[in-house]
Amino acid sequence: MTDVVLSTERLFKSFGALKATNDVSLNLRKGEIHALIGPNGAGKSTLIQQITGHLASDSGTVRLMDEDLTGVGPAERARKGLGRTFQISSLAMEHTVLQNAVLGALGQRGNVMSFLKPVMKDDQLVSAAKAALAQVGLAEFAATRTADLSHGQRRQLEVAVALTLKPRAFLMDEPMAGLGLEGAQQMIGLLTELRKEAPILLIEHDMDAVFALADRISVLVYGEVIATGTPEEIKVNPEIRRAYLGDEVPA
Amino acid sequence: MTRETWINVAALAVLLGVPLWALMADEPFIITLATRAVIFALAGVGLNLALGTGGLVSLGHAAFFGIGGYAMGILASHAQAYTPIMEAPFLIEGTKSMPVIWLVAMVTSALAALAIGALSLRTSGVYFIMITLAFGQMIYYFAISWPAYGGEDGLSIYKRNEFPGLNTLVPMQFFGLCFAILCLTLLLMNAIHKSSFGLALSAARQNETRVLSVGMKPYHLRLVAFVISGAVTGLAGALFADLNRFVSPTMLSWQMSGEIIIFIIIGGVGRLFGPVIGAMIFILLEHTLGGLSEFWHVYLGALLLGIVLFAKGGVIGALAGREKAHD
Repeated sequence: MTDVVLSTERLFKSFGALKATNDVSLNLRKGEIHALIGPNGAGKSTLIQQITGHLASDSGTVRLMDEDLTGVGPAERARKGLGRTFQISSLAMEHTVLQNAVLGALGQRGNVMSFLKPVMKDDQLVSAAKAALAQVGLAEFAATRTADLSHGQRRQLEVAVALTLKPRAFLMDEPMAGLGLEGAQQMIGLLTELRKEAPILLIEHDMDAVFALADRISVLVYGEVIATGTPEEIKVNPEIRRAYLGDEVPA
Repeated sequence: MTRETWINVAALAVLLGVPLWALMADEPFIITLATRAVIFALAGVGLNLALGTGGLVSLGHAAFFGIGGYAMGILASHAQAYTPIMEAPFLIEGTKSMPVIWLVAMVTSALAALAIGALSLRTSGVYFIMITLAFGQMIYYFAISWPAYGGEDGLSIYKRNEFPGLNTLVPMQFFGLCFAILCLTLLLMNAIHKSSFGLALSAARQNETRVLSVGMKPYHLRLVAFVISGAVTGLAGALFADLNRFVSPTMLSWQMSGEIIIFIIIGGVGRLFGPVIGAMIFILLEHTLGGLSEFWHVYLGALLLGIVLFAKGGVIGALAGREKAHD
C-alpha cells in the first residue's frame, strides 16, 4: 500500500522468558487513527517504545515513509517525524507551558546550539508554539508554570508539544488516562481533528474513546496481534470477546 | 524589576562598594579579600552552568580551576626565567601577558572538560559525582608528583602578570580587572540561560525523556555546558593564581571542588547571582570567623546545613522566592 506512513514488520522483543512483543506487524495509514488495545501487560507500551527507539528490538524493522529506522536513536526518530505523547506526562515542569511548546518547535527546527539570542523572543518559534497551544485549547495558559497545570491540561500540553514537531505520525500512549468524562470528550474532539495532520497510533484503555475514534483497531494479547480490523469487525469477533472484552458481554 | 534583580544589583553594589571604601580608608588587604571573592564568584558562575542549569553535580571542578592556575604558573615561570616551554618541533615561549594567559587557561581547561565530560557524562547521579571526583584526584596527584613545576611545593611567580594599560600590582586595578571579567561573564551566562541552548539544557535537567522525544540529545547539550563551565572556572583559576602569585596542587584538591559547590548552594543553585552572593558570604565568614577561631569551618558547616534544610533556594531563594520562569 502506498499510503502507509508507519509500519512494523515482524517485531520481536523478549525480557528473559517473557515475550513482550511477538511477531508484531502492523501499519498506520495516512489520515487514520489506528488504535492498539489489549489487556494490561499485553505489551502495548513496549511496542510503542520499540517504535520510538527508546527500546531496541530483538529483531524486525520499523519503517517510517519506507525508511528503515533500525539502529536509529530516539532523538533522530523524533526529528524524522515521530511525535510521541507519554502515558505519564513527561514535561519540563519548571518551565512555562509556552516554553515547553517552544522546546518542541526548537526540536523541529533543529539549531539548538545557539547561545546568545533569547529563544522566547524568536517569533518563528513562539508563533509555532502558540499555534499548537491554541489548537489544543491551552492558549490562555501560555504563561502558567507547567507544574501548576491540572492533570488534564498536562495531557493537552503533551499533544501540543507533539504538534510543534510537525510529525509524520503521532504515537499516543493513553492520552485519556486519568481524564474525567468532560476531559475525555475534549480529547476525543481534538484527536478527531489531529488525524488530518498526521495519522495516530493510539494506545487507549477507554473503550468508548477507542470505538468513537478508531478507523482500525488491533488487538494485542501476550505480545501478539490477534486481530486487526474495523471497530465493527472487532466488536463481533468472538475470539477478542473471550480474550479481552469479556465473555459475559451480551451481544 | 523583579525582587531578584534588585538583590543582584545590591550584591554587585556591595562587591564594588567595599573595595572602593577600602581604597579611601587605605585598607589594601580588604581590596585583596574582595578580589578573592570576585574570583571565587567567577569560578562558581562557571560551575553553576553545569550544576545549576544542567543539573550536573561535578565534584571535580577544582581540576579546571587548577589547570587554569597552572596555565598561568607555567607560562609566567618560563617568562620570568627566560626559558622557552619547548623548542622542538616548534618554539613556545612563556609570557607575562594576562590576555594570552587567560586564553591559554580557558582553552586548556575547556579541552580537559571535553575529555572528562565526554567520559563522565555517560553516567549520571552519584556515579557522575564519583567519576568527576576521580578525574579531579588523578590530576591532583599528577601535579604533586610532577617535579618540573614545583610538585607538592607549588610554583611562585615574583611579579604579577601584565595587562595593557594597567598597573596590575595596584590592588584596586587588579580588582577592577577581575570585577569587569565577572560582570562580562554574568552577562554571557544570562544570555546563555535565555538562549535556545539554555532552554534545552534546563529542560534536559528537568526531564531527559522530554528532550529526547523532541529530537535533541541530552548528552550533547550537557557536554557543551560542561566545556563552557570548565573554561570559565579555568579562567577564574588563572586569576586566582595571579592574585596570589602562587599556584600549588591545593588549587586542584577536592576540597576546592567542594568549596565551589558551597558558594553555589549558599547563594542559590541555578540562580545567576547565586555563586556571587555565596562567594561573598564565604569570604566574609572566612575573614570574620577565621580571625576568631581556626575552626571556623564549623560555622560554615552549620550555615550550609541550615540552608540545605530550611532554604533550598539558598540566600536568593529565601529573599526573592521561587525563580520566575522567563518568557
